[in-house]
Amino acid sequence: MDCRFVRTTCPFCGTGCGMLLKVVDGRVVDTLPDRESVVGRGHLCIKGWSAHEFVHHPDRLTHPLVKKGDSFERISWEEAISLAAEKFRGIAEQYGNDAIGGFSSAKCTNEENYLFQKLIRAGFQNNNVDHCARL
Amino acid sequence: MTNSITDLAGSKCIFIIGSNAAESHPIIMGEIYKAMDAGGVVIVVDPRRTAVAENAHIHLAIEPGTDIPLLAGMMRHIMDEGLYNAEFIEERVEGFEEFRKFVEGWTVEEASRQCGIEPSMIRRVAEIYAKADESAVVYCMGITQHVCGSDNVIALCDLTMLCGHVGTEHSGLYPLRGQNNVQGACDMGALPNVYPAYQPVADPDIRAKFEEAWGRPLSDKPGLTVVEMVRSAGSKIRGLFIMAENPALSEPDVNHVVESLRKFDFLVVQDIFMSETARFADLVLPGSSFAEKDGTFTNTERRFQLVRKAVDPPGSAKDDFSILCLLGNALGLNFNYESPADVMSEINRLAPPYGGITYDRLERQGLQWPCPNEEHPGTRFLHQGRFTRGKGLFVVPNHVAPKELPDEDYPWYLSTGRMFAHYHTGTLTRRAKQLDREVSRPYGEINSEDAAKLGVGEGGAIRVTSRRGSIVVDAKITDRVRKGSIFIPFHFAEARANILTNPALDPRSKTPEYKVCAVRVEKGES
Repeated sequence: MDCRFVRTTCPFCGTGCGMLLKVVDGRVVDTLPDRESVVGRGHLCIKGWSAHEFVHHPDRLTHPLVKKGDSFERISWEEAISLAAEKFRGIAEQYGNDAIGGFSSAKCTNEENYLFQKLIRAGFQNNNVDHCARL
Repeated sequence: MTNSITDLAGSKCIFIIGSNAAESHPIIMGEIYKAMDAGGVVIVVDPRRTAVAENAHIHLAIEPGTDIPLLAGMMRHIMDEGLYNAEFIEERVEGFEEFRKFVEGWTVEEASRQCGIEPSMIRRVAEIYAKADESAVVYCMGITQHVCGSDNVIALCDLTMLCGHVGTEHSGLYPLRGQNNVQGACDMGALPNVYPAYQPVADPDIRAKFEEAWGRPLSDKPGLTVVEMVRSAGSKIRGLFIMAENPALSEPDVNHVVESLRKFDFLVVQDIFMSETARFADLVLPGSSFAEKDGTFTNTERRFQLVRKAVDPPGSAKDDFSILCLLGNALGLNFNYESPADVMSEINRLAPPYGGITYDRLERQGLQWPCPNEEHPGTRFLHQGRFTRGKGLFVVPNHVAPKELPDEDYPWYLSTGRMFAHYHTGTLTRRAKQLDREVSRPYGEINSEDAAKLGVGEGGAIRVTSRRGSIVVDAKITDRVRKGSIFIPFHFAEARANILTNPALDPRSKTPEYKVCAVRVEKGES
């Protein structure tokens, strides 16, 4: 049995408590507070303690899906990425760059947010990028 | 926030307004308890007797949406009694004369008439806040989610500057951020008017810097906000890319939002679950959870902290960094980054306050911005000695009553918010067994007298209807809410509280008024 602990940061509120994920044979099985974390100092709230529970949930999305009529069908990553690029480019050509927008995410990392706003701004020469800070 | 979370423990007075930290930020509440143990006084302002109010020394249950009248009354008393910090204002703040006129336009009695708190109590809390050696203000969405939300914040800034309670270790302003990385998403420029580190898109020099770095022409025109983009679906906005957000549950008046989501020519949603929003997508991209990626989150005290990959994403799902790189390259943008650390070096170069934040320095404790270079230790509290803009500025806040108040047809106040066991739209927490066991059904808190009048018992069905829609929830009978008021958490997809809420916006911040709208409450069919 392979068992290890990975030091990381809680995914719930803005407090940012330090936590340890217990990983057994490639699955996250438990969450523990990190006593060395300057935030939290060895404490987690009820949400933090259960942060591992959704990770391997059977409802997780596992493949790119495209809408066909009222339902979704699996497609490959290659198809998905070129479909997205082609459709967005087509819309920008037909209606102008300002017709494209994006919602970035307060749940994603800094690096992902940086890339997201760069994608919209550099890709479509507009500033239609925002996220749920106000909600 | 201006200061650090653990600095709260040393505050002599903590003035909490529109935050239920005991449920929404329990670990920060721990620091508030430490302050109380050390003799600090905790004052809570909230129309509801929340968990934080129950644990405070003083609770002021104001009328919904009357924060500015209360604060104006407090500031009037502070001026009358000479309790303001004249030396601090003289040295460090501008605009006092005009501000003084605003405050003198109020009386404690008029404030009392509007906010429903006895004049003697307004005077008492004003004195406690002003006289304490170091007083901190803690606020959250109860302040910002009003049509005059940004003015509410301005009034709080005025109060801190009036008393000189900013720029020291245990004073300051603590807006508690709700999402793990809402601070970081703002810092990284996921906002329609600024590049990373709040550098304005309209500034030609700044724009030139990014054009050169990114090798593309950029627009000087601020873009649309979330709410504006949804409202422009199928007209101004035709193609939308949503990464891990769930507006079909989180926006006000969601019935209308759902109609809008259908109108986009092409909608891409990247998420880890088939969210209520993803169902409307033309293309769904499976992303990764926090346990499946490397990167950084920035918490509410401006601290960059590492997120580390523990396991692989399920099936053929990919981490969001890789998906963005693929899409960027498909759009011809040369997103040839090797790792998130590689992206961080670009951030270091283009965003001066984060210039010294490198992965190897984040290993243990993280780093708080501003941290302009690799020798800089990070910044524990802001505005020491001088404000970022040089001198502080008193701004006159403009009070605006909530846009929709109870009337004959809709005689109740509704406010929405979070509760201890669940989180935002519940996509994550409602899938956690431990949390589902705590609370698994949507509910609305109503007062015992109201429940008796309606003939509803604990757990009985109640129908709540606003001008925008109707939902059925379980009655939770508690005198934490006032008569004629109902509180509904918004985590539940089967009874979406945001079907009811009013999409009126603060004109400046574009924040919707979630905290006040008018509803009708009836006994429901179970």
